[in-house]
Amino acid sequence: MNDKYVKASRDTAARMLGGEMIVMSVKDSRVFTLNATASRIWKAADGYTPLREIVANEVVPEFEVDTDVAYQDAVELVEELAQEGILLIADHAIALSNEEEDA
Amino acid sequence: MSGMMEGLNEKAVRLNVPLSAHLDITYRCNERCVHCYLDHDDHGELTFDEIRDLLSQMAEAGVLFLTISGGEPLLRKDLFDIIRHARDLTFHVKLKTNAILIREKEAALIRELGLGSIQISIYSHRPEIHDAITKIHGSLSRSIAAIKFLVSQNLKVTVANVLMRQNPMDYRGVKALAAELGAGFTFDPTITPHINGDRSLLNLNISRRDLRKVMHDESLVGDVAEYCAPPVPVSDEVLDELPCSAGNSSCYVSPYGEVYPCVQFPLPSGNIRNQKFLEIWTNSPQLQEVRSIRLRDLTVCPGCSHVGSCSRCPGLAYMEGNLRGPSTADCEKSYARTGIPSANMLRLQRVPTD
Repeated sequence: MNDKYVKASRDTAARMLGGEMIVMSVKDSRVFTLNATASRIWKAADGYTPLREIVANEVVPEFEVDTDVAYQDAVELVEELAQEGILLIADHAIALSNEEEDA
Repeated sequence: MSGMMEGLNEKAVRLNVPLSAHLDITYRCNERCVHCYLDHDDHGELTFDEIRDLLSQMAEAGVLFLTISGGEPLLRKDLFDIIRHARDLTFHVKLKTNAILIREKEAALIRELGLGSIQISIYSHRPEIHDAITKIHGSLSRSIAAIKFLVSQNLKVTVANVLMRQNPMDYRGVKALAAELGAGFTFDPTITPHINGDRSLLNLNISRRDLRKVMHDESLVGDVAEYCAPPVPVSDEVLDELPCSAGNSSCYVSPYGEVYPCVQFPLPSGNIRNQKFLEIWTNSPQLQEVRSIRLRDLTVCPGCSHVGSCSRCPGLAYMEGNLRGPSTADCEKSYARTGIPSANMLRLQRVPTD
């Protein structure tokens, strides 16, 4: 099964505030507040760790959820964030530079 | 401030997080604006390594919104390296500049680095007025050219128009110019004292009559009837509110590493060359004192009818000699809006007769 690779868009600013990741699109100043699970995925979204591995390492142990359910939820989440233009998704590792073109 | 930003700010205050920081990387400048509150010599600016370390500390402390300014920040040859490092640390970066050193190449680089916004000072749409204020011939045309380069890169540009004796009514032309260029517009009718305490610059403030005109201009303030409505009595709870975000969720760092609550509030609170940024933010007695002040603790303002709607700046109050005192410039604004003198104006018998 193909995995997904995720990476924050270069056009975002982000910081943890009180256990939630605050993400701002620098293009249009929209602000997104990610919950604890989404914040963990965001922080681990380095472009080369497969999403399944991120979920297994960051979400499942912390929130004691079923791996497949957690992965499906994560896929929905990253697709939603990608639609908002703040996260890049690819079916291969995303390069450190020129990531917008690669995704 | 939008509801979302207000919510973030309130959360930052509650958690004692410095959500916003303003960093001046130099006081050197290639303009000599008549109203400038800074000394333009270099007294030992932070090095690139010091700034890099400071930015890492700020990110760790929770700073998200970073304003980089000066002086003229483009006079630092390492500006783009500083911005690149800030963006690598996922700050939202706003650059304040006169832009006269920005050409196509710099505009493209700014786009590549993903800046949130660029604020550019324009004093008049008329070159003879703008250039007389900056004391640099040709400065308006260069700043306009830069705005065009930046807008062509789809960057968010805001034209900032400081009003003073020399240009009190030029804001209409500047606003139209900004619209024509595809930029936003903001204005500020307040001249601040020199950072060394010299208050003679305040003579450049626009007259009461002009301030009143500005405050009643629908194109600037929106609904004039609402904006200029007489103040309404406030509940007791309002007096428990913080006077300002300065020192509560935001702070300022000078090119020499000095930490203040705000660029307009030069209360020395520590130096990042001697202490860690977070240690200053958390433990500085000066910042703790600023944080302890509620509206009810102010000396004159709690008894003023404007207390619930005044834009009182604690930094300007501090520079008048008392950080719990009134800010005369803001008393004037409240009066210009509503025609009702502030308690401070009545106390000092500065009730206008014009």
